[in-house]
Amino acid sequence: MADRLIYLDNAAATRLDERVLEVMRPYFFDTYAVATSEFGYSQGIEAREALDKAREALANTLGAAPEEFIFTSGSTESSNIALKGVALALGKKKGKHIIVSKIEDFPVLHSAQALEKQGFQVTYLDLDEEGFVDLAQLRGSITNETILVSIQHANQEIGTIQDIETIGSICREKKVLFHTDATHTFTRVPLDMKKIAMDLVTVSAHTIHGPKGIGGLCIRQGTQIAKWMDGGFQEFNLRAGLENIPGAVGFARAVKLVTPKETKRLQEMRDHLINRMLAEIPHSTLNGHRWKRLPQNANITFHFVEGESITLHLDMRGFAVSTGSACFSRSLEASHVITGIGGDHERAHGSIRFTFGRYNTVEDVDAVVQALAEIVEELRSISPLGKKEEKEEA
Amino acid sequence: MKFPYTDIVLEHFRHPRNVGKIENPDGKSTEGSPACGDMVSVYIKVDPKTNTIADAKFESYGCASNIATGSIITELAKGKTLDEAKNITWKQASEALGGLPKIKAHCSVLAVEGLRSAIQNYEERHGLVKEKKPTTVEVVRQRLRKVINPLTGLSVVRTNLVQDIKVKDGVVRVLVDLPRDHQFAHTIKDEMVFGSAYPTCQPR
Repeated sequence: MADRLIYLDNAAATRLDERVLEVMRPYFFDTYAVATSEFGYSQGIEAREALDKAREALANTLGAAPEEFIFTSGSTESSNIALKGVALALGKKKGKHIIVSKIEDFPVLHSAQALEKQGFQVTYLDLDEEGFVDLAQLRGSITNETILVSIQHANQEIGTIQDIETIGSICREKKVLFHTDATHTFTRVPLDMKKIAMDLVTVSAHTIHGPKGIGGLCIRQGTQIAKWMDGGFQEFNLRAGLENIPGAVGFARAVKLVTPKETKRLQEMRDHLINRMLAEIPHSTLNGHRWKRLPQNANITFHFVEGESITLHLDMRGFAVSTGSACFSRSLEASHVITGIGGDHERAHGSIRFTFGRYNTVEDVDAVVQALAEIVEELRSISPLGKKEEKEEA
Repeated sequence: MKFPYTDIVLEHFRHPRNVGKIENPDGKSTEGSPACGDMVSVYIKVDPKTNTIADAKFESYGCASNIATGSIITELAKGKTLDEAKNITWKQASEALGGLPKIKAHCSVLAVEGLRSAIQNYEERHGLVKEKKPTTVEVVRQRLRKVINPLTGLSVVRTNLVQDIKVKDGVVRVLVDLPRDHQFAHTIKDEMVFGSAYPTCQPR
């Protein structure tokens, strides 16, 4: 068994950076009041100031004003507020049609399905085999009834980065609101509300070595959105609930710690992994676009073998990764992303996602390539598939 | 380290027994699950004098529980008579492995079915099958017994998901009480349609 964990599942969660914990600590033990208490006692004012400062920093990163950024419990809640909030605000006034892509992450996809049950119509846009939405289909799908288009900035599994600049312009031209789930691109890929016509942007701290349980939704001034988390008047009266001050402060710190230099380093690891895997492991295929992809993401299918068997073998050797295999999923369904880009069941069955973070090194990449080459060979030796093909090639 | 499987499962997963093909097998089968995508091939050699399984091997394109079950089922089958081997259940295989997670039932039941189909294949090739049974409600019910609800680990017939079965003019209609947004609706439906209607269903 391995003595050290090599964690390559940074899209699922990241290790907290100590520097983030350091700035959060005082808000657990010293200034533990919430901003709601600002007119009650001075600690409340300190809490309010800390929250405002964090909000300003995060809004700035997105090219937005502080009043345009609300804190949430994470990207799931952010996307729920975006879709259901707009539906609640405009469903009766303007129309009941929403457009999403087929490979959205579950918060968007399942919110859309929940709205369908409430009488909304949803168009699920097709993707090409690299994971890009069909822009002509998007344009053609927008009607007078359409109130919202929700298309992710980059995909959570295969990493494909959408052309949200064009998508935003189409929506602006057709006067339809545009939400993008930027959970995986935030701070890693440029994203500016001033330059891109997006109205709602979902972000989260858990992917950038920040704390879990804090995220945000950027809402362009003037966007019609209704409140449905009822309670107090927090977050500009859009999201009730006590402010997570340590989370907000930690989130802002986590954002500041991401540098272009670091992102470049992740991208180099990604490219090194893709190049080595495809060259050294026969019958392996890259999922998603080769270049227009998240700098920290690689996703490869190893044919004739099953993903959960691979992850378990890797786990025993001290590596953590993720797979799109049905055997791995809670619902026992193959990855909707791989099938959504036209891949068959077999392509999802042996797909492995590697996502890099601050604490990975190029040595980790070399180690996982070596381990995988052995594991895939071992599993192929007991698989009823692929033997003929391999012989033909040899 | 913590794993989602018992030590016995992990042992069989890491060092599966009886892996590979048998050249000129007396019986063979390939079972695939359209729902999860796993696939298993089983090969047997039969001693015609004693009607016992002289050798059994398997190949797996599947997850850990599929591999471990292929390993244990071939171990259990060796030396047994055809009738005994046919009656080995998923539950017995699971118990021999120290227990499998319920949600993994349908990945592992394939290996159990694979052994039965390999025996059936041997019997068909050696004229041991008396007659072909017509499709009746009872036959359909029997077939549906192998479709397992991943939430409970029990057959859909036993858990009353199957409410009614009708067979008329060559058409089988099964009424199932399963909400469309049930976590496993898709899986269960796939297995019912593909897995049970065609006993030797090939994976796509």
